[in-house]
Amino acid sequence: MTGSILDTFFEECEELLEAMDAGLAAIEEGDQDPETVNAVFRAVHSIKGGAGAFGLDDLVAFAHNFETVFDDVRSNKLQLDEKLIQLLFRASDHLADLVTCARDGGEVDQAHHDVLISALGEYIDDEEEELVFEPMGVGAAFDPTPLAPLSEAKEASYDIRFHPLKEMFDTGNEPYFLFQALSDLGTLTVRLDDSELPGFDAMEDGESYLSWELTLVTSDSRSSIEAVFEFVEGLCELSISSEGEEEDDADALAALNAAFGLPPAEEESAVALPLELPVPEVADPPAVAETETETEVEAEVEVEMVPDVEPEKVTDKATGSKKDTAKSSGPKPTLRVELDRVDRLINAVGELIINHSMLAQQIANLDASDTRDVETELEGFKTLARDIQEGVMAIRAQPVKPLFQRMARIVREASAATGKTAKLVTIGETTEVDKTVIERLADPLTHILRNAVDHGIESPEARAAAGKEKGGEIRLTAAHRSGSVCIEVKDDGAGLNRKKIRQIAIDKGLIPENAELNDGEIDNLLFLPGFSTAKEISNLSGRGVGMDVVKNAVGALGGRVNISSTPGEGSVFSIILPLTLAVMDGMVVSVAGHTMVVPITAIVETMRGNDDMINNLGADGTLLSIRGSFIPICDVAGSLGLRSSSHNEPAGVYLLVETENGDRCALAVDDIHDQRQVVIKSLDGVCGNVPGVSAATILGDGKIAMILDPESIVTASSSAAVFDTDRRMNNAIAS
Amino acid sequence: MKTKVLAIDDSRTIRNLLAACLEEAGFEYHSAVDGREGVDLYPDVAPDVVITDINMPNLDGFGVIEELRGDGINSKVPILVLTTESSADLKARARSAGATGWITKPFDDDSLIFALKRVTGAVA
Repeated sequence: MTGSILDTFFEECEELLEAMDAGLAAIEEGDQDPETVNAVFRAVHSIKGGAGAFGLDDLVAFAHNFETVFDDVRSNKLQLDEKLIQLLFRASDHLADLVTCARDGGEVDQAHHDVLISALGEYIDDEEEELVFEPMGVGAAFDPTPLAPLSEAKEASYDIRFHPLKEMFDTGNEPYFLFQALSDLGTLTVRLDDSELPGFDAMEDGESYLSWELTLVTSDSRSSIEAVFEFVEGLCELSISSEGEEEDDADALAALNAAFGLPPAEEESAVALPLELPVPEVADPPAVAETETETEVEAEVEVEMVPDVEPEKVTDKATGSKKDTAKSSGPKPTLRVELDRVDRLINAVGELIINHSMLAQQIANLDASDTRDVETELEGFKTLARDIQEGVMAIRAQPVKPLFQRMARIVREASAATGKTAKLVTIGETTEVDKTVIERLADPLTHILRNAVDHGIESPEARAAAGKEKGGEIRLTAAHRSGSVCIEVKDDGAGLNRKKIRQIAIDKGLIPENAELNDGEIDNLLFLPGFSTAKEISNLSGRGVGMDVVKNAVGALGGRVNISSTPGEGSVFSIILPLTLAVMDGMVVSVAGHTMVVPITAIVETMRGNDDMINNLGADGTLLSIRGSFIPICDVAGSLGLRSSSHNEPAGVYLLVETENGDRCALAVDDIHDQRQVVIKSLDGVCGNVPGVSAATILGDGKIAMILDPESIVTASSSAAVFDTDRRMNNAIAS
Repeated sequence: MKTKVLAIDDSRTIRNLLAACLEEAGFEYHSAVDGREGVDLYPDVAPDVVITDINMPNLDGFGVIEELRGDGINSKVPILVLTTESSADLKARARSAGATGWITKPFDDDSLIFALKRVTGAVA
């Protein structure tokens, strides 16, 4: 039980941390709304409250410091300046670390922790109470059974005199229940003292005339008795006395102090007692205790009349209001489901789609003369399967907002580490992406952003010299683009230094010295394994690993990374990802006797070729002529190595695909069979990374088909080079 | 008849902790996610006792107490305040608004039940 609540706590922490970050970011932007400040305060406060319940002391202590500072901000005691905002950001980051450590185990950076504690401490007024956090057991006096039996559980008799002040009834306290609680401690004798009760005519509405004399024989300590009266301290006249209880007094005092959260200090409070408190006849230390506690319950009771003096009547009213309208508790807008269950559902949907394909195949193979009715039903089956699939995918889809918010921290840290000023601007935070994609994007995105700060954004001096604003800006954008998700990191830095990149690639032996590369090709050198432009390995942009790690991580998600850069203006890294990782729409084609699948999203147009459309270019290049423009042909069989001599087979079918750069290419295949949903099965762990192939699927006939990656086929084939020629040619034609 | 508790707290964790403890102890548990919802739910739930947090969006705990005790609702049921700190000032404010008592967070089950017992007499 506690385990699942602990899970809830950590889930809630994530949300609260997000809210806190969002609030801080808004405040940094100049948001003056007190509610924004309040929201941040509440977030920290809730984390602290929850952490306390689970005994996460480090977290509680840090959150408390954070909260104390923020409370002063909230009450305008502290002015928010740049320095404080930065400290709060760092504190919020550290709080997130503490939460992670509490959840996953591990150690926080103690030095960093101490630095932040003392930095926050500078803002905390010494006079503000230094809170002592009590363990789960709270105060001893709070507990009906005292923590440790005091000097053998011997029975003692206590004489208690209790006279409620009329104010007590305004707070909903009820003598009867107090007596009931007392009777749990031992044997209680109750005597009503109605001697103060005036005649009926003289009785005033709301006045309290009754007193009680109680005798309690108990083995519990005096503090247990006082605990019962905790809520009515200051709202009643109370005296507790007993014979031979002196030895308990010190403990009772300590316990009472603990119960009221008071430090065990001796200092007398100067605040005058608002209400008379009869000091017990026995002049003993508890008198001091009661004096102290009195000061804090010094409620200025605004006397509103209680309708009845008689406590019993108040009770009647209370119980009378009990109705049997057992309505359900508050609305629950969301349902929290274990991810495993959703994944099981997704797998089942995948199987359902394969099953549909197989059924369709079986029906097509049937000898029956008329299968139309069955086919109609099967079509309905297909529609339903698709609906279910979309529904399940929607469950897994999540907005990128939390991911983006985490990235703000990366930029902050990177800026601090490099001495540069960079600000992260996020756009399209509500864009929804598959949960797994979001999780696995964190690392590559972190890497790109660190790179952007480390290598992209210039130092403030250099920026000033270039006539730019001193602080750099990094834009992180997410958007849906025709069946895929595009995540873009755009900095306004110096842009890629192509000359340097080229030189490094030559020095490292990645390219021959005389290589002729266009800008795009030079940019792509960054993705080569072993390429790292940092002269010294900075622990910021990576530990000797380069952008190839990013490329692989994104590739593993079925996505791609592109770079474009303009000298002096900055660079853009785009990550293009499929919407889901499980199912996609594909066109089933045959290539050199193999059945393969091309993602529909990549295909712009399909056409059957004829001789007139094919133009030879150079030794082995071919161009497809469509509506007056020339598009390079890429033979799929050839580039996959399934057939050596490839071109001049005009009878084939061409799939016009568009790469992310907007370049077009015609993929030559032998035939198109079908267009259908296919379930993506990863090849990882089966045969590793195959160039030109992104994954595999199971077709209706139970056979396995490769899912092609048009982009990499195009890039890999020589047509990329041909394409440049073609573009020049097209340009020439156009002009 | 079970004693009905209306718990008002914006923290899901705290609500779950309260629910677990109270339901196990045999209380009928109702909850609201902020002060506004708490006050709105109050007439329908008609609880025997209210437990409310202080720091909440929309309407804070003091506001809840004031509205419940105010002329509109004129509630006489015990209201327990959940506080993280045992701040004297906070308790005084809560009490002058009409709070019956307080539960200090982090609370343990025994102290929660004990507090409820002192204001409602109910163990469940």
